[in-house]
Amino acid sequence: MDQNIVFQLNGERAEYSGSATARLLDVLRDDFALTGVKCGCKEGECGACSVLLDGKLVNSCMVAMGRIAGASIVTIEGYSKTARFAALSAAYAAVSAVQCGYCIPGMILASEAILAKNPHPSEEEIRDGISGNLCRCTGYNAIVTAIQSAAKEGNGLW
Amino acid sequence: MKEISKSVIKKDHQPKIDGSALYVGDYPQEGMLHGRIVRSPYARARVVEIKPYALPEGYFTVDHRDVPGINEVHIVKDDTPVYAEEIVEYIGDPVLMVVGPDEQEVLRIASEIEVVYEQLPAVLNVRDSETAFFDYNFGKGDPDTAFAEADKVYEEEFETGYQEQAYLEPQGMIATFADSKLSIHGSLQCPYYVHGAIAKALGLTPDRVRVVQDVTGGGFGGKEAYPSILACQVAVAAYRAGGKPVRVIFDRREDMEFTSKRHPSLSTYRVAVKDGRVTAMDIDVIFNAGGYTTLSAVVLQRGIIASPGVYKVENIRVRGRAMKTNTVPTGAYRGFGAPQTFFAVEMMMNHIARDLGEEPLAFKQRHLVKQGDPTSTGGIYHFPVPLPEMIAEVEQMSGYSQKRTEYNAAKPGRYRRGVGIALWFHGAGFTGSGERDHIKAVTRLHKSADGRVEILASQSDIGQGIKTTLCKIVANELNLPLDHVTYNNPDTDRVPDSGPTVASRSLMTVGELLRRAAIRLRSEWKDAEDQTVEERFVEPDFVIPFYIEKFQGDAYPTYAWAVSAVEVEVDTLTGVNKVLGAWASFDVGTPIDYNIVVGQMEGGLLQGLGYASMEQMAADQTGRIRNNSFSDYIIPTSVDVPVLQVKMHVEEYPLGPYGAKGAGELPLVGMPAAYMAAMEQALHQSIQHIPFSAEDALFGTAHE
Repeated sequence: MDQNIVFQLNGERAEYSGSATARLLDVLRDDFALTGVKCGCKEGECGACSVLLDGKLVNSCMVAMGRIAGASIVTIEGYSKTARFAALSAAYAAVSAVQCGYCIPGMILASEAILAKNPHPSEEEIRDGISGNLCRCTGYNAIVTAIQSAAKEGNGLW
Repeated sequence: MKEISKSVIKKDHQPKIDGSALYVGDYPQEGMLHGRIVRSPYARARVVEIKPYALPEGYFTVDHRDVPGINEVHIVKDDTPVYAEEIVEYIGDPVLMVVGPDEQEVLRIASEIEVVYEQLPAVLNVRDSETAFFDYNFGKGDPDTAFAEADKVYEEEFETGYQEQAYLEPQGMIATFADSKLSIHGSLQCPYYVHGAIAKALGLTPDRVRVVQDVTGGGFGGKEAYPSILACQVAVAAYRAGGKPVRVIFDRREDMEFTSKRHPSLSTYRVAVKDGRVTAMDIDVIFNAGGYTTLSAVVLQRGIIASPGVYKVENIRVRGRAMKTNTVPTGAYRGFGAPQTFFAVEMMMNHIARDLGEEPLAFKQRHLVKQGDPTSTGGIYHFPVPLPEMIAEVEQMSGYSQKRTEYNAAKPGRYRRGVGIALWFHGAGFTGSGERDHIKAVTRLHKSADGRVEILASQSDIGQGIKTTLCKIVANELNLPLDHVTYNNPDTDRVPDSGPTVASRSLMTVGELLRRAAIRLRSEWKDAEDQTVEERFVEPDFVIPFYIEKFQGDAYPTYAWAVSAVEVEVDTLTGVNKVLGAWASFDVGTPIDYNIVVGQMEGGLLQGLGYASMEQMAADQTGRIRNNSFSDYIIPTSVDVPVLQVKMHVEEYPLGPYGAKGAGELPLVGMPAAYMAAMEQALHQSIQHIPFSAEDALFGTAHE
């Protein structure tokens, strides 16, 4: 049975009519055309579909639509309009941390989740914070360095 | 650092980081049809009948009878059918595709369609196979006499397992047949491979096939040949779809279970030692090719050419076979056959050194090849071999020898440490005469009247940064700002065939052609005019022609070199090990962009560590791959190897652009050997196989 679900999507009111058991990932990609949310496994293992749910990092493939009534969802499309994104993007660019790019929207939102919790994380905290986001290209060093440098350069943003 | 090595912001940084880059799965699906492949559930069987199924309106199926051209996928030998005919050769062999407008409905139909099979005996274990797809023999010197005169002869067997590329973006294609032309775009490394394959399968002239590479979420070899297979299957469906696009995007399980992966191997080394020196190697290499040949011939060639390692051995006998089994066809994966043999030869050298009472590094150093020495195939190492300097660099970074001594003297407790080192090369570019005889690369530069220049070539940026590095080369020669030089994802309607994006060749070979083209454009430059220049591959003069029938000559014009040390700590109660650090020196010539190259080195290194340990993929007794998800096939995360340090050693290659040579594959190749050498020291046991699991470690220590 279809349900009407109202939530905040990238800062704006959004409405979804459909099954409450639909995956947030599919709805974001198919109904809202937010294809920056990548699908890597649909099993909650790779983190490519990471979004922020009320500020917390979640795998959108593991979230049912029924869960998000009244919640706030931020995807890369919304986040990329922020000053924090600009700081992260510059830091990722400076060390060429983007290779194939498929993990990157999720990785950026994981970076945000780390810095929102602790504006000056240790390397260990950063590695722990992105450990649910698989990257097959980089070996992770460049991403860790980028987050460290965003924390430093973006002083005050978080 | 050379000016050209200084890093820039990558050309594709912005669209990838803000999520606007369109990968093949991201295109709006309105008006598209969805396809789902129905695959064999048996490792070997006769297809008796596809039972009639009442399809809803708008839905249809295609199978081998619908292939308008020849039902073969053009790869090397064209034995892979687009859709299976009478016999299926592995679990997953495609029999038909269901196509229709609603994806869920397509999935339902695909699960309900009944195919009747008559099961046939299958060969699942490579040791049971009697069918050699390829059987190569070569050698030099007089191994028989060397073995007869040896002080001691060592013989050991080494095994390596599957490795899945695990690119984050699964395979996918979208094809349309309209106005007598088949257009397809998708996730792929080699637009012209796909182009040639479709032309043959659909019986179309080349001008009626168009292939465009989409932004591609990683390849690592997995998108070298496999996309040709998938593209033909989707193209056949599109041919019947009345002009509508047909879309097939794999989910992770389908991708992991049924696409190509690294060949499992079984290598036997017999080594003769006289007066403390290796005098001969007799090497037998077996690769498990799976059900069809795909790329096995060339993977095997590279593997066996590298099989004596970086050592000067006067007498060599090598046999290499790619055996048919009724399992998923194996193919290209970063390193292309060399990781298997380098694991074996490096471990073999360690074991001989241990028996002789010598430290492995010292023993290896006494055997290193140097400039001017002959290669395994009677070619020559034409350029300096910087291994001694690189060993010193890795010593300094890792403290290898000091740790080695310390851990040798340590008392065995619950936690044990070990450190290991490995040395290796990677032949730069295609094996043998591939560039000269088969690829014949062509590149163009097009200058518009406004002075902007577009690169026309068929290299795919799959994350390795080729879009950026090629543009840097051209901008540098033309003295243009980087944003005045562009390189779009290749479109076979617009770009010449500069060859595939494989074999660590793109930057070295195509980059040099573009550098020369840019020099010519500079000399012919006319303001406000539209100009095009073209450059074609010419084999360098110094190369000794390679003859594949005899495995004689220069298999590669030059080599990239590597030294790596790995330090581990093993908990002998659980068998679990931690990598405390991985240090490496890599020589890929001049880095055309320092950050890009270091990113390649670090990423490849970590893939190599995963290959040796956590990346386990096995088949059950029916031949089905069990590890088909990221829950069961574990790849390294950010916490697995926190200390991973890379140094670039630069030995310039005079025929590469600004001294650059092949880079992409090198860092993976020898990492398992360095890792397992460390594990051997920690565990005081010999390791003969990878992946090496916690259970394996426990099994060894349980007997103490």
